[in-house]
Amino acid sequence: MTILVLIMLGLVAVGGTVVALTDRPERQAVTLAVYGLLLSILFLVLAAPDVALSQVAIGSAVVPLMILLAWRTVRKATAGKRR
Amino acid sequence: MNRTSRIAVFVLGAATIAVLFGFAIARMPAFGAAVHPYRDAAVAAALARQAPNVVTSINFDQRGLDTFGEETILLASVIGAVTLLRPADDERRRRPPDAGRTLNATRLAGYVLLPVTLIVGADVVVHGHLTPGGGFQGGVVLASGLHLLYLAGSYPALRRLRPLNWYEYGESVGMGAVVALGIAGLVSGAGFLANVLPTGRFGDLVSAGTVPLFSVAIGIEVASGVVVLLAAFLEQDLATRSSA
Repeated sequence: MTILVLIMLGLVAVGGTVVALTDRPERQAVTLAVYGLLLSILFLVLAAPDVALSQVAIGSAVVPLMILLAWRTVRKATAGKRR
Repeated sequence: MNRTSRIAVFVLGAATIAVLFGFAIARMPAFGAAVHPYRDAAVAAALARQAPNVVTSINFDQRGLDTFGEETILLASVIGAVTLLRPADDERRRRPPDAGRTLNATRLAGYVLLPVTLIVGADVVVHGHLTPGGGFQGGVVLASGLHLLYLAGSYPALRRLRPLNWYEYGESVGMGAVVALGIAGLVSGAGFLANVLPTGRFGDLVSAGTVPLFSVAIGIEVASGVVVLLAAFLEQDLATRSSA
């Protein structure tokens, strides 16, 4: 159990670093979704299924979708101004 | 404020937080240890109210006021985001584009998973007091499941399945139901959001007093809130065009 916790903590640390080092927001949405999934597995391993369920739904589905849609809207607006 | 003083403020704040954090960590019970005073109290209280899922009992009964505050914050932020994303003066509504190119595998997965996800979401909401989950988790599953129709089909298809004002009503009905539950507790003399209903038999679908009602109300509010929030983003992206 402790080994599983350590593995998941390590993966979450790596995942968080990857998200921070991803350069463009639209790519960050994808790495953030994977990171959210890793985080929810960590919560599950730590015997917190309720939190894991919230995390998997919010962190790997709703938030990345909102980032992508916001990014597209901003890109459309700046492209319109440049024209 | 120049750069040097900004850095001085940051260093002061960071050092204070580091010291306080160190003290807090030093006094914490060891990770995975056997002594948990709060757990002992919370589990006893949950079992006394016939709620097998202690987490939901804490959320929707023992600390119901915290959940009430949380959902008010969610409601306020949805309203704020919708206000910010409404069409501006230089923007006009347009007909949203039909489905773009979608892989057949994506369409199949979306249409197969759509009913499954909706049933799982409803299940998570309704059984919140028995198994892991509850109104918040189930509500988010319901709302994100609905958007499989956008991934698998098209935005117009999602729009037809999503009469937006229903979800706006849903959000206020859910929040209003929570307030009504709270006032019912006040009227009975037990206090705001107190668990005033009979708790029933341990493990039954209808048990644990007000917990399932509170959970379903939160489920309606969260599902509608997330749908309204994502709809504001989708409308801004797909159904609005800058006229400038």
